[in-house]
Amino acid sequence: MIDRAWRALLLGLMTLFVVNIGLMIAAVATSSFAKRWLGTWLPEGWTTTWYTAAWKEFQLDSVLWVTVQVVLAVVLLALLIGVPAAYTLARRDFPGKKPLMLLFLLPLMVPPITYGIPLATVLYKVQLAGTIYGVILANLIPAAPFVILVMTPFIEQIDPNLEAAARVFGAGTGRVFRHVLVPLLGPGILAASLLVLVRTIAMFELTFLTAGSDSQTLVVALYYAVFAAGVRAPQSVDAMAMIYMVVTLVWLLIALRFVNPTQLVSRVKEHPQAVQ
Amino acid sequence: MATAAAPIAREPFDRTLLLVAPAGLFMLLLFVYPFLYGLWLSFTPKEGGALANYTHFFTTDNLWPTIWTTLRLALPATLINVGLALPIAFKMRIRTPYQRWVTTILVVPITLGTVLIAEGMLIYFGPKGWLVHFLQFFHVYDGTIRLTHNYTGVLISLVVSGFPFAFLLILSYITGIDPGLARAAATLGADPKAQFRHIYLPLLAPGLAMCFCLAFVQAFSVFPSAVLLGSPAGPTRVISIAAYEAAFEVYDYSLASAIAMIMGFVQLVIVVAVLGLRNLFYRGPMVGGKG
Repeated sequence: MIDRAWRALLLGLMTLFVVNIGLMIAAVATSSFAKRWLGTWLPEGWTTTWYTAAWKEFQLDSVLWVTVQVVLAVVLLALLIGVPAAYTLARRDFPGKKPLMLLFLLPLMVPPITYGIPLATVLYKVQLAGTIYGVILANLIPAAPFVILVMTPFIEQIDPNLEAAARVFGAGTGRVFRHVLVPLLGPGILAASLLVLVRTIAMFELTFLTAGSDSQTLVVALYYAVFAAGVRAPQSVDAMAMIYMVVTLVWLLIALRFVNPTQLVSRVKEHPQAVQ
Repeated sequence: MATAAAPIAREPFDRTLLLVAPAGLFMLLLFVYPFLYGLWLSFTPKEGGALANYTHFFTTDNLWPTIWTTLRLALPATLINVGLALPIAFKMRIRTPYQRWVTTILVVPITLGTVLIAEGMLIYFGPKGWLVHFLQFFHVYDGTIRLTHNYTGVLISLVVSGFPFAFLLILSYITGIDPGLARAAATLGADPKAQFRHIYLPLLAPGLAMCFCLAFVQAFSVFPSAVLLGSPAGPTRVISIAAYEAAFEVYDYSLASAIAMIMGFVQLVIVVAVLGLRNLFYRGPMVGGKG
């Protein structure tokens, strides 16, 4: 009896959550296509002019181009420094490993604003703030540890004997990486990079603190658009918000095709298997 | 190279360890150094002694209450998110054809972004929005509802944006627990409730603590939604708004760093408290024995 009530309650809560969010998205979508919508169930007419208006007003072509550049650079660099580090952490035990793991975990545990403000100050001093390089560097701080966190369990799953075999036949670390690890890690690398991609598109605080007027990504441009909404039609902000959602959603759905959501975040094992 | 002549005194240096160096250096340069710089900066105020920024923070009426304002938002939001995600993820742990669909639908709000959530709530919950229309149409409730531009608005948006993340994390922890343990308990007569209380919950404790911390960070650094959906001058003036104002409106980087450090410290207190609570639970392996 209690069991059934509990199940119904859970189902009800889930439905409430999903339905209300669905309606919220639908409301924004309706508004972005509406000619005039004042207090009725549905607007009086439909139009796509808000999208063209938003595109022009907010210079979305350049904003999107900056976003693409930032996101690609962050993903590539995060993989480049994150995967080798994850490999060492997964395979070796060495003095100072615990503090090092703490160092990689901290940026994920500290609010971005806390290190974002001192970081922005430092970046202003070396004149990187306000440029696209500053934005990329700032976004790498949570991205690289995130790659390490996601990749370590993936690497632990690979049988160390495969590497040992390659080494017996004379392969150095570089060749082991190229011919053994990277092919085997393909799915893991793909998962990590897609997740970093989605997270970087959505990272507001760090980009907001370090971006200049011509190095804004889509989230920040969207925030400024709402903030200065007084002079603009709210519908073009809605149109921009829809564009943002579609951009992120596409990537998330691609990510979910390759990774089962139940494997997205795995724990870093405390005692990795030693190499024989 | 003086040691080169020494007999085989130590193992040769393992060059694989160098692979961790770029990441370590990067973090030192861009995380640790700015952090220490910020700490130093916070003790060198524009005027006054070393502690001037901190005394200023704790004696100014629109600064120190921001800590409570933020905690009053972040703690309930995190508790709701983790509290809702836990039973739902527990239900979803079993592999069924619709498991993947339900998880995907529940995860989608991650993509919405604060601005879309804010706009959606302003339209949907607004005075002429669908919710009011609906309630009046069915004569459920005819009064006015105020769910935006106040505390509730920010709380709702924190739940909407934070729940999917908490759900995903807990789900991955739950599915990492060997179902054999629960089956073993079931053969001894444990119903799902008992299995949850005596098997899953103790094993989940570390994961839950981690999830709570990560979800709390997200809620604690709430910034855009507090501005867009709350009343940033009053009841939802959170600490990150204060830090941002100090840095980019007053251009007092020293005070801003001090506020950022206080933020980090409060976060640290919460993390330590949660990890301390977690230590009251079982510690041990998550999988059954082999064989």
